[in-house]
Amino acid sequence: MRKYVIKRLLLSVLILVLVTLLIYGLMRALPTSYIEAIARQKSQQPGSRSYEEWMELLTASYGFDKGILAGYLSWAKEALKLNFGDSWFYTVPVTEKFNSVIWTSFTMSAISMFFEIAIAIPLGIIAATHQYQRADNIISVIAIAGISLPTFFFASLLKLVFSVKLGWFDLYGMIGRNYEQLDAFGKFLDKAHHMVLPIVTLVVISIGGLMRYTRTNMLEVMNADYIRTARAKGVSEKKVIYHHAFRNTLIPLVTIIGGSLPGLFSGAQITETLYGIQGIGLTSFNAMVAGDIPFSMFYLTFMAVLTLLGNLIADILYAVVDPRVRIA
Amino acid sequence: MSENKDHLYIDTSYTPVEYDPQYILMVNNLKKYFPIKGGMFSRTVGYVKAVDGITFNIKRGTTMGLVGESGCGKTTTGRTILRLSGEKTAGQVLFNGKEVYDFTDKEMRAMRTKMQIIFQDPFSSLQPRMPVGEIIGEAVREHGVVPPAEYEDYIEKVMDDCGLQSFQKDRYPHEFSGGQRQRICIARALALNPEFVVCDDPVSALDVSIQAQIINLLNDLQESRKLTYLFISHDLSVVEHISDSVGVMYLGDLVEYGETKDIFGHPLHPYTEALFSAIPIPDPNAKMNRIVLEGSIPSPANPPKGCKFHTRCAKCMEICKHETPCQKEIEPGHFVVCHLYDNVKGIGEE
Repeated sequence: MRKYVIKRLLLSVLILVLVTLLIYGLMRALPTSYIEAIARQKSQQPGSRSYEEWMELLTASYGFDKGILAGYLSWAKEALKLNFGDSWFYTVPVTEKFNSVIWTSFTMSAISMFFEIAIAIPLGIIAATHQYQRADNIISVIAIAGISLPTFFFASLLKLVFSVKLGWFDLYGMIGRNYEQLDAFGKFLDKAHHMVLPIVTLVVISIGGLMRYTRTNMLEVMNADYIRTARAKGVSEKKVIYHHAFRNTLIPLVTIIGGSLPGLFSGAQITETLYGIQGIGLTSFNAMVAGDIPFSMFYLTFMAVLTLLGNLIADILYAVVDPRVRIA
Repeated sequence: MSENKDHLYIDTSYTPVEYDPQYILMVNNLKKYFPIKGGMFSRTVGYVKAVDGITFNIKRGTTMGLVGESGCGKTTTGRTILRLSGEKTAGQVLFNGKEVYDFTDKEMRAMRTKMQIIFQDPFSSLQPRMPVGEIIGEAVREHGVVPPAEYEDYIEKVMDDCGLQSFQKDRYPHEFSGGQRQRICIARALALNPEFVVCDDPVSALDVSIQAQIINLLNDLQESRKLTYLFISHDLSVVEHISDSVGVMYLGDLVEYGETKDIFGHPLHPYTEALFSAIPIPDPNAKMNRIVLEGSIPSPANPPKGCKFHTRCAKCMEICKHETPCQKEIEPGHFVVCHLYDNVKGIGEE
């Protein structure tokens, strides 16, 4: 097992190097760059240097004079020392900006993931144990609707109904107008209140997939011979479902959920943008649009690490829940 | 009933039988049909008549063998008797005189300790994520077969009886061989201290030397625990060895049943004759008089009219194509369903 983990970790490092090189290359190859925008802006100010002069000045100071490979190497050298530089767009150290927004995203993702699991898995089990019956059909229709609804459409729909028509929630933002006048508990409530719609959006969009996944795996297990054995034993139906069937469904479920844990940090770009939530999704989106290489590099590298970590966690969890893998 | 719905009609009528205490199990005109769904709204468009009105009784402490080719409804019969494949379609299943399908779910669960089943495939019928001791003991605890203080000893004793060692309790099924796994299945069934066990082809997944061990184990356990078996198999030699009585199934029908020596000694039904002529004789010089059946087994969804076997029967008569024969007792305890014996006076007939 340890040998396996070490092997996987070494492989992950190699993948990470290639991925960051690729990202850096892509960032540099973008048709417009941050310095072009700055130079254009500055040159239009009265009495300023010309665009070409600004470009010359900026190219060197922002490291655009180096080739892609050389630029990458100097980035990597600093990154290895965990020095990711200053964000061009936000003009603060990358990690500082990241730190200030990540926890908003994490809280939002963690809460919606909790609801996703708490709703999707029981629904999946109900659907599987009532296959082709009314309950299954209703749940499946809801799940398909959830999967098919585009985030921006569903979010807009929610806003229309609950913000515009009913006026229960604010359209945008994380805090209300009178946030500063509230006491600590009031502030918490105000924030929670603004989180409701984004979280509902995230949950509804995501339960469909997990529910279908649970249902499929559960159905496969429910038809297995050992379930018939359990019934023949005279074990109660509840025990048959939760003790015998669900336990075997846990393997793929734990794998998929464990694998998505690092995703808690990746933010929800569309949802955050639509609801004006200052999370990592919105922040990185703005940085990327502005061509902010240090911030984008940090965010994308961070995402790559999360993905690799997710796969590794999934594989290790697989071994933990399946006694057959554990021995081998 | 409209013309085009005729094939959906199910004859659920039967003459109820009186309970006879010498029989642990009485099966009377039992039917199990599986609906075939089709069309846009998945309506029932027909039925697979897996078990189509079979009648037999099993005496306490004996073994009844059930033979027939693949797909003739042997396994479904076993499962339907134990109420393991949903509701029956028609007929009676009396276990110790009580209708099995009249029990509530709770009563049925309690009854499961009395009637057990050993499945055909020891590989897929064991829960892969449970240690063996738990597989065997779960239901023992659930039903309170023994007081909690004796539980551990009891499980070890059952494992020992079935040729397993008690230190294997904490191992998982995948760590065992096929023969050992079937022993686990047997131990699992017997731990509940049943009176009646359906053995659904328990040796077909095992190789020959292991088969013999398992058969002998079943025999020993029958003697020591006074068990009654319904032994389902397609292996005729095994059935001849283990059974006191034998039933022969063809396409959901029980065409013949009686004492083992009568069935093997002088089979009455043409299908039984054909089936037994296929038993290999361990002598290269012996001439085998094989009766080869023409064609393949018809679909149980659309069985032939009249006698279901008439399409392949060497002794087919005109009447066989139109009229369904009735079960007839030709000699004491030897029943056959065939028009050949229409003129023979059965037992108990005027």
